[in-house]
Amino acid sequence: MDLNLTAEESQFQGELRSWLAVNVPKHWDRMREEALEERFDFLRKWQRKLFDAGWAGISWPKEYGGRGASLMQQVIFWQEMARAGAPPMANVLGLGLIGPTLIAFGTETQKKRFLEKILNAEEIWCQGFSEPNAGSDLASLQTEARLDGDHYVVNGQKVWTSYGWIADWCEVVVRTDPAAPKHKGLTVLLVDMKSPGVDVRPLRQMTGETEFNEVFFRDVGVPVANVVGKVNSGWDVAIGTLMHERGSFGAGLQIIYKRNMDRLIELSHTVHRNGRPTADDPIIRQKLAQCYAEIEIMRLNQMRAFSRISATGVPGPEGSIQKIFWSELNQRFQQVAQELLGPFGQLTAEDDHAIDRGIWSYGYLRTRGNTIEAGTSEIQRNIIGHFVLGLPRSY
Amino acid sequence: MQFGLSESQEILKDTARKFFAGECPIAEVRRQMETDTAHDAALWSKMAEQGYTGIIFPEDFGGVGLSAVELALLMEEAGRALLPGPLFSTVALAGAVLSAAGSVEQKKKYLRPICHGQARSTLALLEASASWDPADARIDTTGNKLTGEKLFVPDAAVADSIIVVSRDGAWIADSKAFGIKISKMSGMDLTRKIYSVQFKSTPAEKLANTAGLSRGLDIAAAALSAELVGGMQRCLDLTVEYAKTRKQFGKPIGTYQAVQHQCADMYLETESARSAAYYAAWALQENIPDASVAVSIAKMYASDAGRTVGNRGIQIHGGMGFTWENDLHLYYRRAKASETALGDATFHRERIARAVIDAGAKSAKSAQ
Repeated sequence: MDLNLTAEESQFQGELRSWLAVNVPKHWDRMREEALEERFDFLRKWQRKLFDAGWAGISWPKEYGGRGASLMQQVIFWQEMARAGAPPMANVLGLGLIGPTLIAFGTETQKKRFLEKILNAEEIWCQGFSEPNAGSDLASLQTEARLDGDHYVVNGQKVWTSYGWIADWCEVVVRTDPAAPKHKGLTVLLVDMKSPGVDVRPLRQMTGETEFNEVFFRDVGVPVANVVGKVNSGWDVAIGTLMHERGSFGAGLQIIYKRNMDRLIELSHTVHRNGRPTADDPIIRQKLAQCYAEIEIMRLNQMRAFSRISATGVPGPEGSIQKIFWSELNQRFQQVAQELLGPFGQLTAEDDHAIDRGIWSYGYLRTRGNTIEAGTSEIQRNIIGHFVLGLPRSY
Repeated sequence: MQFGLSESQEILKDTARKFFAGECPIAEVRRQMETDTAHDAALWSKMAEQGYTGIIFPEDFGGVGLSAVELALLMEEAGRALLPGPLFSTVALAGAVLSAAGSVEQKKKYLRPICHGQARSTLALLEASASWDPADARIDTTGNKLTGEKLFVPDAAVADSIIVVSRDGAWIADSKAFGIKISKMSGMDLTRKIYSVQFKSTPAEKLANTAGLSRGLDIAAAALSAELVGGMQRCLDLTVEYAKTRKQFGKPIGTYQAVQHQCADMYLETESARSAAYYAAWALQENIPDASVAVSIAKMYASDAGRTVGNRGIQIHGGMGFTWENDLHLYYRRAKASETALGDATFHRERIARAVIDAGAKSAKSAQ
């Protein structure tokens, strides 16, 4: 166990820190006042800037536009981004899920075609997994793909598709063998969202935003060359993607959590309750300290997990604790924020009295989705029970 | 950067696990806990031969010269075995303070026999005020003579020396010295006995480096957090095993999600406590600036998780979990004692708050 940086890691950290000091945009969080499209465009340009300077895809192979550095340097990257208060990158799913899936399962042609454009945000990705009748029971999905010569014809519907409204490409799980048992007849396809027959409709969330979408596929043609992994072995590929989603995806979140925590501590000195700063209230102090500690433990759990992945090469089912931890922690954090802010916590961006332009009321509502998206807390606990602890399957 | 154990650390941990399983299985734990002191001289000698009594102390004094990380790994395995007796109080508590706060002469005199397995020690901090802050200690030290009463002192009856924390530093007294009266307190934990120690004009020697006291206490708190992790791991293992074999409605109860999800939470809390405890130990080893905050995070989390993991484990065991015969309550008792020892979660959250909230107020003021 040695958490000291190696000479190489230290040099990497130093270069990144200097670069961020000069290049992180100021006051970017005011972007919340802008429309979703404008915010996205801003983050896209920021990612492009990172890519041009060599900071995108730290652990991705060089031949596909990455930096070819170690997974631990990737971890350092997130920590430094958090430390600098930098904006996150735009192509969240491409970087966190689809890229790693293609690196593990993709053909050489697919890697050459797609990876670099993920890193430079030229092509934005979304993920077509859930369906109206296949949520937690993902393998029961019904979107079908029929082989017709050199292409598949896709018909069906996906739902809760984040970034569907802006995405250029989608990693879609389809049923290619309806006769096989439910896990055996699935295949993963890369679908061009501009294909004829793809229809993206906005889905309004309880926050009022339309972050995600319904996506309809009607006789959409997808070349056979866009199959990822083997035909009818799509479950393994999908699970590979989900392992990344559960295990490593949360690592980028420390950027946001640390920023939120720092801001809430700042506010505790200016927001008063009973005639004194909330920072002096013993109960608020206890709750802030608990959140601070849990954010640190989230970081430490992730570092331990990454050290294990460095040794084994792939994320395992134990990554489910990361998913549970980041989602439930964020809910607890926003709850404490509401408590600290009192009646002001409810105010939205439109109100002149709102603190921080309403981000706290938005954050409070948004966190309810955290324990549902990317696999519910219940599903994550099933995974730990069965795959990590070896308890019998409950279903 | 590598947050996994090195090969030699894995070996140390594995060896300790086998050693405790062989030398102090749960039947032996139960035998020792029924004795007056829960200390076994033969087991102590064997631990000294393994180098456990000198694990983190410099080789100059007969120690093994390893770091706080290795101590944490040893204590984790001791916790898994529910090791009775004064290993924690002698090595992780008194020894760590002696090592950090003693002069060379004092270490020669008191630490060397500990390393060699010839002496045991403990540390007396709490008084009737129950404050873990040394500034609140009221024991009188006028003229290098101690007068006052300390409470909740672990393993005092088998200690050869006692380190006494006062407002102005730490003192060491021979446990047979004039004016010392050691009386048993009856605590929940049957495997680690606690005592009240009264001092009346007891001659004592002040540890030379007062500033080292807080570091010694931090090492002890990190080690205790790791010991709690070992106990949690054992509760989890016992519970998962039970959930796989106990059948109701024709199926192992671990088939039911109400049970599975409790096990998953036990796993999450155990692993999270482990991450925090290892990191705290590493931060102490490296002397990084916010090591004390890392220690408080570890102790805070382990204090709460030790209890909640036990709660879930007993619940899943059903009626069996509520019996004397089942081992879970022995771990549960230890977890409760360790929860408050060296500061409970509330104490450590306030310590974190002082470091991260009040620091913000200072920098905000200086910026104005």
